[in-house]
Amino acid sequence: MLVQVQSYIFRASMRRPSNLKVSAGRSPRLMKRAFFFACSLSLFVLSACAQDTPQGFLEPEGPIARRADQLWDVTFAIAVVIFVIVQGLLIFAIIRFRERPGREARQFHGNTKVEIVLTVIPALILAGLAVPTVSTVMALSKKPTGDILEIKVLARQFWWEYEYTDLGVITANEMHVPVDTPVYLTLEGDDVIHSFWIPKLTGKQDVVPGRTNNMQFEAENAGETYLGQCTEYCGLSHANMRIRVYTHTQEEFDNWVASQKEPASRPTGALAREGERIFMEEQLPAGGQCINCHAIQGTDAQARTGPDLTHFAARETFAGAIFQNSPDALGAWLRDPPGVKPGSLMPDYGLSEEQIEALVAYLRSLD
Amino acid sequence: MAVAAYRQRGLFARPSATSGWKSWFTTVDHKKIGIMYGVTAFFFFIIGGLEAIAVRLQLAQPNGDVLSNDLYNQFFTMHGLTMIFMVVMPMGVALMNYFIPLMIGARDVAFPRLNAFSYWVFLLGGIFIYSSFFLGGAPDGGWFGYAPLSRTLPSHGMDFYAIGLQILGIASLAGAINFVVTIINMRAPGMTLLRMPVFIWMSLVTSFLLVFAMPVLSIALFQLMFDRLFEANFFNPAAGGDPLLWQHLFWVFGHPEVYILILPAMGIVSEIIPVFSRKPLFGYAAIVFAGAAIGFMGWGVWAHHMFAVGLGPIANSAFALSTMFIAVPTGVKIFNWLGTMWGGSLRFTTPMLFAIGFVSMFVIGGLSGVSHSIVPHDAQQTDTYYIVAHFHYVLFGGALFGVMAGIYYWWPKIFGHMLSEGLGKLNFWLWFIGFNLTFAPMHILGLQGMPRRIASYPDGMGWNMWNFVETIGAFVIAVSVLVFLANVAISRRKKVEAGDDPWDARTLEWSIPSPTPEYNFARVPMVHARDDFWHKKYIDTPDGEPSRVFAGGANGHDEHEDHGVHLPSPSYFPLAAAFGLPVLSYGTIYHSVVGMIAGALILVLGLFAWALEPQFAEGEGGH
Repeated sequence: MLVQVQSYIFRASMRRPSNLKVSAGRSPRLMKRAFFFACSLSLFVLSACAQDTPQGFLEPEGPIARRADQLWDVTFAIAVVIFVIVQGLLIFAIIRFRERPGREARQFHGNTKVEIVLTVIPALILAGLAVPTVSTVMALSKKPTGDILEIKVLARQFWWEYEYTDLGVITANEMHVPVDTPVYLTLEGDDVIHSFWIPKLTGKQDVVPGRTNNMQFEAENAGETYLGQCTEYCGLSHANMRIRVYTHTQEEFDNWVASQKEPASRPTGALAREGERIFMEEQLPAGGQCINCHAIQGTDAQARTGPDLTHFAARETFAGAIFQNSPDALGAWLRDPPGVKPGSLMPDYGLSEEQIEALVAYLRSLD
Repeated sequence: MAVAAYRQRGLFARPSATSGWKSWFTTVDHKKIGIMYGVTAFFFFIIGGLEAIAVRLQLAQPNGDVLSNDLYNQFFTMHGLTMIFMVVMPMGVALMNYFIPLMIGARDVAFPRLNAFSYWVFLLGGIFIYSSFFLGGAPDGGWFGYAPLSRTLPSHGMDFYAIGLQILGIASLAGAINFVVTIINMRAPGMTLLRMPVFIWMSLVTSFLLVFAMPVLSIALFQLMFDRLFEANFFNPAAGGDPLLWQHLFWVFGHPEVYILILPAMGIVSEIIPVFSRKPLFGYAAIVFAGAAIGFMGWGVWAHHMFAVGLGPIANSAFALSTMFIAVPTGVKIFNWLGTMWGGSLRFTTPMLFAIGFVSMFVIGGLSGVSHSIVPHDAQQTDTYYIVAHFHYVLFGGALFGVMAGIYYWWPKIFGHMLSEGLGKLNFWLWFIGFNLTFAPMHILGLQGMPRRIASYPDGMGWNMWNFVETIGAFVIAVSVLVFLANVAISRRKKVEAGDDPWDARTLEWSIPSPTPEYNFARVPMVHARDDFWHKKYIDTPDGEPSRVFAGGANGHDEHEDHGVHLPSPSYFPLAAAFGLPVLSYGTIYHSVVGMIAGALILVLGLFAWALEPQFAEGEGGH
């Protein structure tokens, strides 16, 4: 839509060849054309830069985000028109009424008719905008019916937990959804306020401790990875609380669910088994144990303070989706979590290099 | 006789110096206090600007490492707090302080000592908040201080926030009450409400807004203070508290606050555009009523800051509608400024350039503001850089452009000499270009999904180029500020005499000498019309054009002697009493009972001494 507006305005500005000999007295026309040009230029900049922006919401890729975008298109078009008119009048006045020898200011105090008209017109425009706005608000507040996917989102400093309530799957940061299925989220948190946002699929919804909020979205294209992030300032690693949404065909999604429902696989290599022992049993150098916070289904680890790690190796990222899930990044993380992610609630446990190596091997075996 | 009685009743001698450096500490002259407000606010403006530059350096490139996350959070929080509470608000107060009495024909504000108290409380409150940088960390929970985060952040920063803003609130409240009483009671004979300059009207609306808004903020801050320091649970969901209570209270204050910031600037622009168009204001009544309407409607839009909170479709729709309709009175003002220029004879002096810049930039901020009322799309925009762009177009493109216009416009009246027009124009254009370079791309970044308040962003999001451009823009603004300072310094040395009425202006302050004499008006003026001073200089000829009145009209002040004018005497006690507040506050933060008692004693004894001092200094007042 944006591109259409831009090309339309650009063509409008180009249609009449500019006449450089236009005399100063006919400046309004020149001004008009200059404004069309400036406007199209700015839109060009806007649309040219809209490429390759994984969180740009002017290119929605789902019906919910598209409804918001349609309202924006109308609002933006009206705003452009008003912008051009007002700035045009201003520039016209600046040129036309500048002080010149012999020019006398006309002394008048107002014009009731003009003032009433200029009050009523904006009021009517705004009333016109209000109707679709309110109807969209009402429509989006209803829980979708039929075949829907429900996910409970738990927001924590500084990561997300997703619980597929009907499917018995728990994962973190990376959400997997089938296309063409309404996804209905129930959002809860217990530390500070966060906000869940996947720009190309839906606007944001705050997660407020003590309250339960809901939102919905639907994806259209399978095989995509959509990016999002926390958008309510939540502390030191507010920037490091990201979201990834993977879209699948229904069949792929069913396979993913089936694999996620499996209990964790047992490690086979000696190093990974040592890692499992450390994870399950060892008192860490700085005090505390892995299983005090983490769950791995099929084992004794059942705590829910930190992310569930049952299928950790199947994830592309970790720690609020900010690190690639690689042995190096994982090692760096275990060496000093708050050092690589400020404010991380997982402290530096003073692990030895051997312990880190073993834990990395174990975690990488949890596919 | 009554005077003598006061003198006998007084317990303390009053200071009498009205010049020299010491006089600044005891002055109750609204003009000196106005200048101190302005200088202090400008100093904070430079600090807040440096914080912004640090933030922009951090964000100039992806994965920035100029600031740690911790420092970044302190800097963006302090930038917001500084610019709102220590720059834009006190800049408005500075001009109001200086010009409300002059424009309504009064010799001072209603409560001169309270006025001095406001200033000292403001200064000490600002210093108090800034001292947190040296005491373990500045506030780091955002200027909006959302609970529960704000109640759990570990450093003392948010304690300084909760208490420091209460101190600044006392200053604002005392100032606002003073202005309301001054405007209502101290107008010169004939200065009816609908003859008041629009700047006075907007100051009145702003002051009323402050009187009602600051207590709401104080309640919220008081609760936050108890949550943090005395283990209360107002905002603790785990103990049955409600985080949304904070948001409602904060924005019930916060949205009127937006108008508190912008209305004085609208008033300034409404004075400047007619003068440099050589025309009366177009639709005076409409502008006044639009300002008052904004003042009322501003109380009914707060939840548009909370569209993503989950208030439900009914509340969201209602606040969407109220938000849309507050755009109507705002639009009226824009059209009236255009109407004022229409058919005029426009002089593009520096104040006029800033005023026109205000109108032009404010239109952009207004249009983006309307787009927030489209709730489903606001769910996309909110908490992105699109919002940052919007409110900088309102508060910088609006309020600060207006303040700069006012400074250039009134400088000759305050200091008696002109600022250089050449440097002024350079200042304006750098300001204008730097501003747009910094903040226009933020619209684009917001639409590209860049959230606010993130200390860094990864590569590959498509945000790199505009962030870099913005950082360049921030430096252009910094250069513009340096040009302004150079202009002040150079003009001070050159001292081009301004004369009483350098702009051929319309309102009372230009009818008296520049710089303003201590007593303002040798004779209290008699007001016969709106733009009274203009009508003393010009009469309308039958063909509707103004014709100069030659005899005795312009500059009709005949003698400059202060014979028979008695002015309030200086006092030590506004400053002394104000000192109690930070002492009390440090005591509270560090749980020092001694500190608390000492602070409370200073405050209470200061107020008593203030109440019991004689009305006049020795040797004055009896005549």
